[in-house]
Amino acid sequence: MNRTTRTFGSVTLGEKLPPLKIDVTAGLIVGGALASRDFTPVHHDKAAAQATGLPDIFMNILTSNGLMGRYVTDWTGPEAALKSIEVKLGAPNVPGMVMTITGEVTAKDDAAGTVIVSVSGDNNVWGTHMAGKVCVALPKES
Amino acid sequence: MTPAETSAFEAKIRAYVGREMGPPKRGNDDVNLAMIRHWAEVTGDENPLYTDAEFAAASSRKGIIAPPTMLGIWAMEGYPMAQGHTGKVDVQRELHNIFEAHGFTGVLGTNTITEFHRELRPGDQVISHTVIDNISAPKKTARGHGYFIETVTRFTDQHGQDVGRQVFRTLRFMPSAESVAANQAQSGGDAKLKAPTRIQSPRGHDNAWWWEAIDQGRLLIQRCKRCGTLRHPPRPMCGECQSLEWDSIESSLEGEVYSYTEVSYPKFPGYPDPLLCGLIQLKEGTRLVANIVGCAPEAVHVGMKVRGKVERVDDATVLPNFYPA
Repeated sequence: MNRTTRTFGSVTLGEKLPPLKIDVTAGLIVGGALASRDFTPVHHDKAAAQATGLPDIFMNILTSNGLMGRYVTDWTGPEAALKSIEVKLGAPNVPGMVMTITGEVTAKDDAAGTVIVSVSGDNNVWGTHMAGKVCVALPKES
Repeated sequence: MTPAETSAFEAKIRAYVGREMGPPKRGNDDVNLAMIRHWAEVTGDENPLYTDAEFAAASSRKGIIAPPTMLGIWAMEGYPMAQGHTGKVDVQRELHNIFEAHGFTGVLGTNTITEFHRELRPGDQVISHTVIDNISAPKKTARGHGYFIETVTRFTDQHGQDVGRQVFRTLRFMPSAESVAANQAQSGGDAKLKAPTRIQSPRGHDNAWWWEAIDQGRLLIQRCKRCGTLRHPPRPMCGECQSLEWDSIESSLEGEVYSYTEVSYPKFPGYPDPLLCGLIQLKEGTRLVANIVGCAPEAVHVGMKVRGKVERVDDATVLPNFYPA
C-alpha cells in the first residue's frame, strides 16, 4: 500500500480508481467469515450452502464490506478517514470466481472535505457481486 | 403454507418489529490488536494505521486504530449462538428460529449501511443496541421466496458515547427445490464454476457460411455474382439487382472506425471491460459491427485507422477484433 495520502484538492470528480482483482477462494470466504465472527454455516459448510440452493459456500457481507473499505483506503492512503459505507449484494461470491473491484469518484463535498467513491465488485461468472458507496474524508493538505 | 397459515406466520414475525434484540450487548472482546490483525490479513488490508504501531504513532491518529469496517464485528455473538449450542437465545435468534421452522431455511445478508462516528482504538469497549426495525412484505427473489429483515444497531463505547450505526438487511428465504437439487446432484457440487462464454452467434440458412469462415479465421464479404456489389450482413438477395446468385471475397481486414460506443453498464460476465463496440468501415466498402480492442476507450475516435484480427476470444467463440492500425 502507498503510504502517502491523497489530499482533498488533488481528487477530481469522475476520477477512476485502479481496478483490484480478488481471487475468491474457500480460504478467503472461511477466513473472512471467522475474522468477522460470523459462524453462520453457509459461510464454511458446503452442504449447508447447497441446502440453500447454491453450489458452494459463499462470502459473507461483512467480508464484502471489508474489501470495499480496503479498496478505497488503498487508493486514498492511510490518513483518510472512512465515514460511511453502503453495500448492496447481488450475485454471491463462491470459490473459484475472480472478483474485479472498480470505483469512481462520484461526489465531492467541499464543506465536509469528503468524497464519495461509487464502487462495484463484479465476479467473472455471475456478474455484479456488490455495489455501493463509500464516503471518505481526505486531508486538506498533505 | 395455506393462506391461514401464512397469516398466522406473518402475525408471529410482525410481533418482532420494533423490539430490541435484548439488553445492550457489550462485545465479548474489547477492541484488540489480534482481531484487528486477523481482519487486516484476510481482507489484504495493508493500511499501516491498523497494524504498524510506529507508523500509527507518528500519524495524525497518534496510535493504532481498528479498521472501521470492523464496527459490527466487535459485538457479534459468535460460534455458540450461530450453532445453537447455547441455552441463551436472543430475540433476533428467536425470530430466525420462527423463519426456519416455517421452511425459510435460507439466509443471506443483502445490504448494510454503516456510519462511522468515531474511530475505535485498542482497549475501547463496543456496546451494541439493536432494534428489529422492519420486516418486508413477502418477496420473490432470485434465491427464492422470502422476507427481508432489517435491523438497526447503534454502537456506543465505554463512556456511553456514540461511535457508529449500522443498518443490516438479511433475506430469509425458502430455497427453490430446483436449485437445491441441481447443486446437490453435481457430484457433491464439485463441478468447477466456469466463466460464461459470449452469447453464441445465431446461425441460419443465410448466414451460417459467414460464421463458419470466421471459425476458420477468415472474414468474408458477400458479393453479388451478377453485378459484383458487396453486401454485409449476409442475406439472400442483392439489393441493387435482385439477383439470388452470390459468392464472396476475403476482407483485407483494413478499415476505419465509422462509429462506436462504449457499453459501460451493466457489465456482462464473459465480456471484456471496458467493452467497445465499433461500426467498422472496411476498405472494401462494407461496414461491420465488431469490438475495438487494444486501446483505451478515450483513444478511440471516428476515422481512426484499424486493423482486424480474427481470433479466439473464449472457449466457444471466434470473432473479428479490431486494433488501432
